[in-house]
Amino acid sequence: MAALTLNEQAKPFTLPGIDDKSHSLSDYKDKEAVAVIFSCNHCPYVKAWEDRMVDIQRDYGPKGVQLIVINANDVSKVPDDSFPKMKDRAKEKGFNFPYLVDESQSVARAYGAERTPEVFLFDKQGQLRYHGAIDDNYDDPGAVKAPYLRNALDAVLGTKPLSVAATQPQGCTIKWK
Amino acid sequence: MDITFLYWEDCLSHEEALQRVRHVMAEEGIQAPIQLINVETWEQAEQLHFIGSPTILVNGKDIQPPPSGAHYALTCRTYYLENGRASPLPSLELIRRALSAGRRDIDVATQDHGHDHEPRKEPSWPH
Repeated sequence: MAALTLNEQAKPFTLPGIDDKSHSLSDYKDKEAVAVIFSCNHCPYVKAWEDRMVDIQRDYGPKGVQLIVINANDVSKVPDDSFPKMKDRAKEKGFNFPYLVDESQSVARAYGAERTPEVFLFDKQGQLRYHGAIDDNYDDPGAVKAPYLRNALDAVLGTKPLSVAATQPQGCTIKWK
Repeated sequence: MDITFLYWEDCLSHEEALQRVRHVMAEEGIQAPIQLINVETWEQAEQLHFIGSPTILVNGKDIQPPPSGAHYALTCRTYYLENGRASPLPSLELIRRALSAGRRDIDVATQDHGHDHEPRKEPSWPH
């Protein structure tokens, strides 16, 4: 399954969120950048990184950036990723972005996502500008040397050149049906 | 000491975790084989009560006993660190504590075993 390639257009989707509303990618077409992140509840890599996801939305939201987080895991294999538990997790961690469920896994397949967390960052034109990990150190936020997503956001927002456009996502595999 | 290291290839943290186990064993002067078990199927995960990769057992005891009701799964395992953070890797300190406890268990068992084999002394009553 090939992932979207750099500069490719974002694939549209409409998915239910933990706020019990439908969210479409097109709802965010006025944003300067949209980061679609495939994620879940149970994965330790996600748990290690999710506070940083909240921080990124907090820091870049006022600049026109929107994170959209999607859980595509097969709940029959990982019950901790169920919709009610997604709601619990979002409340517990103070998620400040939409947390959506891709029950059919069609969006994850269309994007070619394989891991959680895995970032696809699109610019205002909907072109993929960065794909990969959030940063270079899942284990220790204090030891991050390369904040890939923040750097890519700065580039998309025009404040810095883009130095790294793709990295290897590190995380759990998506649990396919 | 029995050390069992169960892992799932698709979870990348197992290599670093195994290095950490070997590192602590070397530091603590523990010489014991590590039994490596590659869990490859969901059925195997059920059979082995495998809740995620890596799972490390010392004398059959999990180094961080999982909560009751944990589901068996082919996935990565969450370890909770001393500072409360979640990680795909057990900390060196967690591994060290588990190995030290394993060594103490063996010492106690050896002493108890030794006592069982000592000739029983009859009480000497004053005549």
